[in-house]
Parts: sequence; structure tokens; C-alpha cells
Amino acid sequence: MIIKTLSERFFATDRGSSIFFSLLLLVTVLVPTLNLATGEGSFLHIPNYSVALIGKYMCYAMLAIAVDLIWGYCGILSLGHTAFFALGGYAMGMYLMRQIGTRGVYADPILPDFMVFLNWKELPWFWHGMDHFWLAAIMIVLAPGLLAYVFGWFAFRSRVTGVYLSIITQALTYALLLAFFRNEMGFGGNNGLTDFKDILGFDLQAQSTRVALFIATAVALGLAYFTSRYVVRSRLGRVIEAVRDAESRTRFIGYKVESYKLWVWTFSAVLAGIAGALYVPQVGIINPGEFAPINSIEVVVWVAVGGRGTLYGAALGAVLVNYAKTYFTAALPEVWLYALGALFIGVTLFLPQGIVGLISQLARRRA
Amino acid sequence: MSMTSIGRLLSRGHYSAPPPLDLSHNIVLYLEGISVSFDGFKALNNLNLYIEAGELRCIIGPNGAGKTTMMDVITGKTRPDTGSAWFGQTIDLLALSEPEIAQAGIGRKFQKPTVFPNHTVFENLELALAGERSVWKVLFAKLSPSQIARIDQVLETVGLKDHRSTQAGSLSHGQKQWLEIGMMLVQEPKLMLVDEPVAGMTPQETEKTAELLVSLAGERSVVVVEHDMDFVRSIARTVTVLHEGSVLAEGSIDKVQNDPKVVEVYLGE
Repeated sequence: MIIKTLSERFFATDRGSSIFFSLLLLVTVLVPTLNLATGEGSFLHIPNYSVALIGKYMCYAMLAIAVDLIWGYCGILSLGHTAFFALGGYAMGMYLMRQIGTRGVYADPILPDFMVFLNWKELPWFWHGMDHFWLAAIMIVLAPGLLAYVFGWFAFRSRVTGVYLSIITQALTYALLLAFFRNEMGFGGNNGLTDFKDILGFDLQAQSTRVALFIATAVALGLAYFTSRYVVRSRLGRVIEAVRDAESRTRFIGYKVESYKLWVWTFSAVLAGIAGALYVPQVGIINPGEFAPINSIEVVVWVAVGGRGTLYGAALGAVLVNYAKTYFTAALPEVWLYALGALFIGVTLFLPQGIVGLISQLARRRA
Repeated sequence: MSMTSIGRLLSRGHYSAPPPLDLSHNIVLYLEGISVSFDGFKALNNLNLYIEAGELRCIIGPNGAGKTTMMDVITGKTRPDTGSAWFGQTIDLLALSEPEIAQAGIGRKFQKPTVFPNHTVFENLELALAGERSVWKVLFAKLSPSQIARIDQVLETVGLKDHRSTQAGSLSHGQKQWLEIGMMLVQEPKLMLVDEPVAGMTPQETEKTAELLVSLAGERSVVVVEHDMDFVRSIARTVTVLHEGSVLAEGSIDKVQNDPKVVEVYLGE
């Protein structure tokens, strides 16, 4: 009874979300089962690399949801959201680095290899305690959250909006890219953090660990969707849409627009950070390349392709575009960037509501 | 940067609520010596204006007389170069931001109707409804039965009962005007600033608006900016004529209409 009312309240009210949750559940059950329970010869078998790939797509879907919250609902076009994704990833990467211990090339029990290589004698202060998962977990939320809060506090209070804000977000992620490239920063410079051994005591190379990470990512994606949906369907959600559509009108009915933007912005950055933290153990590396401005622009393309302002559209776009990317970069690597550009232009011109918008339009025409 | 603006900057999301409106001298709004200039053009020039509690005041004046700028100053959108603006005895409007002024009890209807186009009529009113404005509380806010009843009552008043679930963007111009008036009503302001309420309305609608505005005054104060002289005549007891950013004449409509200065700059045209 309770489950029925809960599901009616949260799932059944819109079809997109029901489909999203059903598919997510299906993937969460099916992919691990077909990977672990079937032999490699079986035609039902899902190979290990596909598990990793789908896990990666789910992290991207979460990042896309974060961008949709801020762009689709609040009208703030962030062209630097992978900065938060990468920061969450680095926090996770630091924890994983500290787990290596004496198994590193230089076998230093405390210092990660790159610090020994740089002739550092002791751990920088911000690496202390990062061998504890709980602290890493806090940092995964805190690092992107705090940066977003401080950045947003200044930007929104100065009423920087529109294209100017987008440009500053690009500058933010570019500045972080340059900073993290420097060895002196203490994050492994150009090479970043890699060569991870285990997480919470489980071997990262073991397929069971990888499947567990896959399931954890699926659960996190589900929770992210659930919370984001709660937010956009609350009165706060209606306020941020009001800000998107008529910002100054919202002020004149008594809402402190800056506080609302700051809240959603920070929330979105935290989601992106968690997505990044789940991404790193699955791909096995985090380096400054993740801060590249082009990555953030790509996320915006995912959301635009899927359809803004629906959440599930963003998730759909992330999976579809990344699947296309995986395919194209293997089959026709030189074409991919052109295809991405063409896709963005095409969607902007012909599908302003994205694929989701097209589908609901077709459904309405049939009805 | 002045101390007050630093204070405002540091006050983050949580600012102390403005003091309650004090009407002990029976004046709801004091504008004294207000001047505003944009690139050398004096939009307001030493403007003095007093609005009594419960009064219905009409402001008229030719284009560029400073009517909209005056409303911008009162609602915090524009900061004057000089002068003071007080809401009752205790609330200094020049120290407050737009949302703070709205929360203190000043509602505004814009010249061009601005509603939230992608929200339903009901949701527009829900957003404007007096009550919670802080982020966390709004996240978990639910409408109480009495709040829903209040919204439905206002829907009835502004004649949009049948459009409860209509997207506001698809309303006609006149209906948007009404919705905006409704949004102002549910804010429960003590002072209403109404910019050209009957533009684009049919004669019947105009008449209905006049009735509504007259009925609203008394419990609260209403300031109406309007060009339509018949409309002004039908509602106003006191009329203020603005010209080149300051008050040219003030008094009953007959007195103002017969004032030779007024005839020269405005009515005589």
C-alpha cells in the first residue's frame, strides 16, 4: 500500500520518469547478471568492457542531470560543469592513491609515486587523512560544493548572467586545468592520479568489484534523479523556472533570486562531483584533461540533444551521444568532432526540445 | 562601497526581516527630494510625494515625466542619486533590495504584463502568494487548505477561475493583466503600485478594474499610473501630475484639469 502510493507519487505521474526508472532497474539487474552468471562463450554474455562502458555512461548521465537542473530549469548555461565533476574525481583519486601503499613503483608506504619522483619528503597537508574513505567521501561533496558556492556567491550577487556567466564558467574550468597541470599543485601534474589498486579493501581489477561499482553507480544515478525530480517538482523548482523565464519579476514578488540560483548551482555541482567520484575508479585514472573546456561543452550538447528541462532527456542524451562517440571514435575517429558540432547545430535549429520533445510531439500528433 | 551595501553583501540568504509597517502618522509612503539622472538626463528632479494610508492615488503625466522611474525607485530597481524614500515611519526603502521591499509589503504591477509564461495560472498565484521566501523552506513548502482557498478566491475576483490550469503564456493580453493584478493581490501588499492597468482592456473590463481598485483602497494604499483620463476620473479622489521629473500639480481631478500649467504641458495637447 505504502509502496503503491509512493510509486504513484514519485514515479507513475509522468511517463518519462517511469520509463527512466524501469530502464535503470533493468540495466542494474540484467547487466551484472549477464556479466557474472553467463560464460564467455554464451551469446547472452555481456563482456567486462561493456560493463565498464555502461558504468561510465551512467556517470555521464548523472553529470547531464546536474547540468539540466541548472540550465534547463534555472536558465544558467554552465560551460564549466566538468570542473566539479573532475574535482569529485580527484577527491576519489586521492583516496585510491593512498590505498596503493607499498605496492607502488617506489614502494613508499605513505607517499604516492609521483611525490617520490618529485623528491618530496612529506605529504602535503591536503593529502592527510585522505586514506580514510569517510574523509574522501566528505571531500567528494565538499570540494565541488564549496568551489561552486564561492564562485556562485560572487557571480550571482554581482548579477552576472547570460553569456557573460557562461564565459566565466569556461574560464573557471580552464584555470583549474592549468593549475592541475602544474606538479607543484600536488595532484600528479600532467599524469594525474592512476595505477589504483583497491577500493575499501576490494581489488579494483576483480570483476566482482567492478560489478559492485557498476551497481553503486546505478543506485547513485537513481538517487540523483529522484532527488533532482523532487527539487524541480517542489515550489523551489517552480521558483527557479520563474527565474529562468522572468528573473526580475521573481524579485518583485519577494524572492531573493541570488539565493535560489546559488542553491541550485551548488546542488548541481555536488551531483556532478559525486558522478566524477564514481567515474574515476571505473576508468582507472583522473588527470587534468577532465577539466578541458571542450568536455563541459560536450555535456551541454548531451543535454540539448536529449531535451532540456525534463531530467530524463538529459540522461538519454548523455547515453546516446556517448554511445555515438564510442562508435565514431573507433570507426571514424577524424569525423567525431565534426559530427558533434553538426549535432549541436542540428538540434538547436530543428529540435529545440531535443529528442524527448520530438517524441512527445509525435505522440501528441498520433493521439 | 558604502557600509550598508557591504552589510547587504554579507547578509547572505538570511537577512533580518524589515520592521513592521508603522502607519502612526497616517502616511504610507514618503518620497523626499528624489533625483535620478541617466547619462545627464534628469528622469526625476527633486520629487516630493506623500501617499496617505488607505488612499487611492492616480499619477498622470506625459511620456518621460518620470512615472515609471518613480516606481522603480520605490521598488528598489533604481537607486536615486539624492533624496529619501520611506515606507511608513520605520522602513528605509533605499536600504532594501527588490525582494526585501516586496516582502515588506509593496506590490507592483508592470506596464507590460509580466507573468510566468510556462507556469499555470494557479502556479503563478502560488508563487506570488504571501508567505515563505527562504530557499530551504520553499523547497519543502506545501499549500495549506486556507492558502488554496485564498488563491481560488482571487481567481474568482480576477475572473480566471476557468483558467486555473491554463498556461499563463497562452492567456490573452487582458487576461494577463488580470492575472498580474491577481498576483499582486495574493501578495497581500500594504501598498500597490499599478502601472497602466487598463491598457488593452475592453470597456467592460476597464470598468471592472476600476471597481476592483476602488474596493482595494482603504485597507491598503493604491497608486495607479494611467493615461486613460476617463478611467482616472472614475476612480481617483486625488491626482498627482508629474512633469519633467517633479510634481507639477496635485489635487482633485477637476482642480488639476483646470490648472493652466497642467493644461499647457499635458491635457492641452
